[in-house]
Amino acid sequence: MDLRLENIGHSYGDMEVMQGMDLEIPAGKRVCSVGPSGCGKSTLLRLIGGLEQPTTGRVLQIGEPPAESLNPLTFVFQDFALLPWRTVEGNISLVLEDHGIRGKQADAIISDVLARTKLTEFRKALPKQLSGGMKQRVAISRALAVNPAVMLMDEPLSALDSQTRELLMDDLVSLWTREPFTAVYVTHNLHEAVRLGHFIVVLSRRPGRIREVVAVDKPLAERELGDADLEQTQKYLWNLMREEALAADKELINV
Amino acid sequence: MSDSVQAKQTKPVAFRGGGFSPIHIKWVGLSVFVTLILVLEAGTRSGFISNLTMPRPSDVGWTFVELWTSGLLWKHVLPSVSRLLVGATLGASLGIGVGILIGLFSYIRAGLVPLISAIFPVPKIALLPLFVIWFGIDETSKYALIAFGTFTPTVVSTFGAVDNVDRSLIRMGQSFSLSWFSIVTKIVLPGAMPGILSGLRVSLAIAIILLVAAEMLGAEYGIGAYILQAGSLYDLERLFAGVVILSVMGVTVSAVIGFFEKRLLGWRS
Repeated sequence: MDLRLENIGHSYGDMEVMQGMDLEIPAGKRVCSVGPSGCGKSTLLRLIGGLEQPTTGRVLQIGEPPAESLNPLTFVFQDFALLPWRTVEGNISLVLEDHGIRGKQADAIISDVLARTKLTEFRKALPKQLSGGMKQRVAISRALAVNPAVMLMDEPLSALDSQTRELLMDDLVSLWTREPFTAVYVTHNLHEAVRLGHFIVVLSRRPGRIREVVAVDKPLAERELGDADLEQTQKYLWNLMREEALAADKELINV
Repeated sequence: MSDSVQAKQTKPVAFRGGGFSPIHIKWVGLSVFVTLILVLEAGTRSGFISNLTMPRPSDVGWTFVELWTSGLLWKHVLPSVSRLLVGATLGASLGIGVGILIGLFSYIRAGLVPLISAIFPVPKIALLPLFVIWFGIDETSKYALIAFGTFTPTVVSTFGAVDNVDRSLIRMGQSFSLSWFSIVTKIVLPGAMPGILSGLRVSLAIAIILLVAAEMLGAEYGIGAYILQAGSLYDLERLFAGVVILSVMGVTVSAVIGFFEKRLLGWRS
């Protein structure tokens, strides 16, 4: 299943946050979107995932999602969004219950996704007992449980410290290499973008527009911390964004 | 470097943090009670406090023994407890129901919040005559009064609690296409539970106050009636025995809610 954005524009009241965006998200690719703060990166993701309606334009789904996909467009949030009153297991079964998956069948899915995110021994833990990195792993395994056609990741690593972030990034890479999934990955961190993206969509400051789409061809498994060519791309991206970020920083916020 | 440090005056950095975080201290609460009672006992015995100002605690104790042996204790306590149970259960459950509806539906909120604000400050005891006309002089009017008095504060605290449920969790539910009913029962209600329970602490205390008021205005048996009788005879020992029973009821209600908080809200850090 591919996604296509056609002439997406969005405003909150009088404030235009996004303008004339066209974008293809082909199946099997990871699209990272970067931009200065307030450029509407997260809004864009919510528009793609149907949590908000664009003021103009539309988001199209091309082709049917695979039959085993319970929730084709699935989010991973920056703040994890785990129910604090449910255990790790309960948080995952929450999203299965509505599909009538309970008992043994649910157990099997939960065991599988927990194993894939290295959480098996934390199955009965409550969110308050887990570190930030572990919480985000739970959120990722919850997303994996519904077999998404497209993962919509909204700054999934931004609430974590840089060491945890590096570890979790490695885990994301190994998850992807074992079983590729389509993803839209929003971040303000250029390093994450060059490590994880097939394409990097650079957005301008508000009102957000696509400035450039940069392809990173190197296979995911070969990308490493401190790769010279990745550094080069990161530098190029930063030069693209620098002016925008500077101007965005000086803007007054009227919301 | 070390030379220059030695040459200068050295002293430890003064500690200026700490405090502002309540910690649980056992027995202090109880010893305040005990000291107060002992002071009263000593004061009344020595004549420092006259018998007209405060009753002697041991005399109040004897009043209790009398109440127990004559069987009057249960004759007064049981009707009160049953009135409280029926009235408060009715009021609190209706209040929680309406509060949740207000929290979930904008039209209901727009319609009912002004009405609730209008009846909240009315002293419910002023409406007792009205309830007597509606429901008769017997138990039903007392139930209604207590229920009504519990209802309004419960509504207000419940819809506040629903409003305070983390919206990002609701967004999450929607992003996984959970049904409206699932979002309400699995996300909104558990999320509002801390606010609902702490609201109940207030509303149930109000229920006890109204219980006494209702019994004072028309009941043969009940703590309120007992206190009123004692009061009109200026029988301070019996008056205080009644007051002690009320305090025990208040503490019991609070303990019951504390129990539920422990059971239901163990997930809070």
